Amino acid sequence: MKLLRVKPGHGEVLLAEGDVAVPEQYSELLETFGRELEAGMWAAVPTSTRSGRREAELVRNFDDVPADAERVIFFPRAAGGG
Amino acid sequence: MVLALGTAALMLMMLLSMLALPHLKRVLDLALRRLSERAQHKRLTLVEEYDPGRELRAEQRARALLRSCVNEEDWAMYCELGFLRVRGTLEARAYAYLVYPHKPILAYVPSTNHMLGEYCIEFPDRTRPYGSTRLPDSDDVLAKWMALTADEHALIEQANMHLAGRQIRVAKAKRDLVRLACWERERMESHRRAPRRAGSVPAL
Repeated sequence: MKLLRVKPGHGEVLLAEGDVAVPEQYSELLETFGRELEAGMWAAVPTSTRSGRREAELVRNFDDVPADAERVIFFPRAAGGG
Repeated sequence: MVLALGTAALMLMMLLSMLALPHLKRVLDLALRRLSERAQHKRLTLVEEYDPGRELRAEQRARALLRSCVNEEDWAMYCELGFLRVRGTLEARAYAYLVYPHKPILAYVPSTNHMLGEYCIEFPDRTRPYGSTRLPDSDDVLAKWMALTADEHALIEQANMHLAGRQIRVAKAKRDLVRLACWERERMESHRRAPRRAGSVPAL
């Protein structure tokens, strides 16, 4: 699983990568996930429906990330614009 | 007596102002100089922080990420038309959104092309890695797409709603809707033709 974050002037940045089945890697992923959420980011997992349509799923806990998710994308929280 | 006192007070005020004038002028000059130095420094910093090459590379990475997340048809739409269309799911009637980079999300009714309104939403990165909170264009579109497809209700609640035409000109929006209809028609026709072409035998 990859944890990515979109950033101004960067595009995507790889924050952490690992296998959730490996305890050390799991804890690193969990720690990074928590840090990003605390920093005010939203986390989304790109998914596909049964009909093949692509969409995303917002996750608020690391446990909510689907087991087969290849990546979680962090992006800044939405704010009403002018 | 009163006249004498008044005259004396006036004379005293004039004397004091004449004494204070050079000092006041010095303070004012210093404040103006500091203000102009600060403005110049800010201008220089902004110019130094903006790197077109870096922004271009960031946009290329953002495009690759967007492409990996959306359907092939959506990606083609974004490449060729410059926006994404996301169908709304909150109401029984059919409606959709046009998602532009760094512009409001435009809600409309596809059957009539009637514009429902603009939803102004931003994704400002407060960490400002290069002095700006602004994501690359395609990352902004990706953020809107992810938020809309994941939790349309929450995103729309966060947004400030305005009548159509506030930030996206009505003429441009109408033109984009016509372009989208043409694009879809052409795409459908080319898909219909494609299998026939694949199975045909070239004429001698």
